[in-house]
Amino acid sequence: MIELRGIGKTYALGGVSFDALDAVDLDIDSNAFVALTGSSGSGKSTLMNILGCLDTPSRGSYTLDGEAVSGLDEDQLAQVRNRKIGFVFQNFYLMPRMTALDNVAQPLIYRGVSPALRRARAAEALERVGLADRAGHRPNELSGGQRQRVAVARALVGQPELLLADEPTGNLDSRTAREIMTLFAQLHSEGQCVVIVTHDPAIAACCQRVVRLQDGHVVEDRYGH
Amino acid sequence: MSWKIAMATDLQRGSALQRWLWVIQECLVSAISSIRAHGLRSVLTMLGVIIGVASVICVVALVQGLSRTISQQFEGLGSSTLTLRSYTPLQDQLRGKVNRLQPSDLDELRARIDGITHLTPIVFAGQRFGAEVRNGANTANGQLLGSTASYQDVQQQFPRVGRFITASDDDSRRRVVVLGEQIRKDLKLPEDPSGQFVQIGREWFKVVGVMEARGEVFGQSQDSFLVMPYQTALAVTGVITQPDLWISFSVVDMDSVANVKQRVAGLIRRLHRIAKDQPDDFRVESAETLAKTFQQISNTVTFVVAGVVGISLLVGGIGIMNIMLVSVTERTREVGIAKALGAPRRFILMQFLIEAMLLALTGGVIGIVLGFSLAFGIAALIPNFPTPAVPWWVVLGSCGFSALIGMVFGLLPARKAANLAPIDALRYE
Repeated sequence: MIELRGIGKTYALGGVSFDALDAVDLDIDSNAFVALTGSSGSGKSTLMNILGCLDTPSRGSYTLDGEAVSGLDEDQLAQVRNRKIGFVFQNFYLMPRMTALDNVAQPLIYRGVSPALRRARAAEALERVGLADRAGHRPNELSGGQRQRVAVARALVGQPELLLADEPTGNLDSRTAREIMTLFAQLHSEGQCVVIVTHDPAIAACCQRVVRLQDGHVVEDRYGH
Repeated sequence: MSWKIAMATDLQRGSALQRWLWVIQECLVSAISSIRAHGLRSVLTMLGVIIGVASVICVVALVQGLSRTISQQFEGLGSSTLTLRSYTPLQDQLRGKVNRLQPSDLDELRARIDGITHLTPIVFAGQRFGAEVRNGANTANGQLLGSTASYQDVQQQFPRVGRFITASDDDSRRRVVVLGEQIRKDLKLPEDPSGQFVQIGREWFKVVGVMEARGEVFGQSQDSFLVMPYQTALAVTGVITQPDLWISFSVVDMDSVANVKQRVAGLIRRLHRIAKDQPDDFRVESAETLAKTFQQISNTVTFVVAGVVGISLLVGGIGIMNIMLVSVTERTREVGIAKALGAPRRFILMQFLIEAMLLALTGGVIGIVLGFSLAFGIAALIPNFPTPAVPWWVVLGSCGFSALIGMVFGLLPARKAANLAPIDALRYE
């Protein structure tokens, strides 16, 4: 479902250019459960931004779900993010003034779905992550684990092809982290493609496949259980 | 897999129009929540617009109230009443030439024009700008008029106590006078001074009545005058100064006002021997034309004031722009999240634009309420001040202009937000 060919990203910092990614080739199936790992500065965040259509590569081609993403403009990329990708961030990135339900429903606003249908879908998504009873709470009234579940529900509400999680357990204690990883595993078992970016080997070990980056190259691509 | 299929069945979108309405609804909800989240800051931001709109509404309400009252006073004169008076162009005045209407003009008018009644001469006796009246040690200055009994019908003003001048006063050239309220006060005469004597120049006049008070217009008393019989005024002052007459009369048939006007003008031109290519040395005016002139003046004042105060609205707009720029910076992360979730540029643009417009519009509405209260407060504090009136176009205009200000000054911050790159905005601390 994901096809990266010769992807490179060059940043120019103070007149010095430096390659964050160089000639990355990567294929990910539509029912994969993949961990992207690597130490700080390995290029995994840059790769995640490109996979998530938040940033565009300097070189190479990216095909997502049969669509060539590399040549799209900003609003077209926004549409791809809205329809095909669900994001989960380390810092949750929920809207502080909105209830859990409204946070989950937010992506559907940009898709032109009616308010009533948005709420119904958001409620279903919240139920799926086990937070149906917290729908009316604001983020500051929820625990870290609950916030991350709300974020997962928000990522799922638009039925994306790809669930992209950036250090999803980075701000959670180990017990809550395990719960979130169990949730991801369950989603995968239901057919969802999940890609997790993490520096934590224990988290990576939960995934089916581990892709390790170093200095902008893929140095290891290993299938686990 | 089962869940996904079940859900996919009905995630359809609305029609184009519906989608627009949902987007606007969403932007409004977000704008209201953001404005309420910073209550004090929002009010302070609106302050410029509030003050601007409040002053516009207040000033316009007072001026329009005043002009409406004055128009009504003019209407009291009746639209079928015409006034004939002399007219001297400014250039001629500077050369020392003065055109006059003579008592003989009055006689000719009476004899030759039919279809008119209440023919009333008004002669401005004494100096043009008034005369001194004395009652023992007390003196008063006022307009000294000579007229006939019809004066009260034409002016729609009647005696409060005593009586007005009668035809027999005029015929016998009696030395009687009717006072305006202000003159009575200045002379420290009792409420009913009938039978008392006042001195004008070297002549003594018996007071027979006092006219109803009219109050002040633009701070000028409308009751500073006294009326004596027309013939008396001519006899007393005619020797010293050549009189200049005003002649008021009513047209019997309302429909023939224009016709009468024309005939009167033709007659006076003949009497004054004015050549065909020369302009009139007189004017025939109806109360309506006077009212219209005043209306024009007050409208001009309204527009000028509204324009000047409108500048303060610009200042208010800059205040809004300033706070919206701060708000965009504060909410950079939120914009980043929205963009990551797939919000298009135009959605972000609209969200901030609507917020700026709502800020300005709310300020405008508060300003309208405040301006109204202020105008009524001021009118209540000043005695005899007419009730303020705000025309609907000023209210609509203020709302529209506020919203426009919000839109214009919200554009820059909104563009700034819409143009943020998603990853930069997400990483913003």
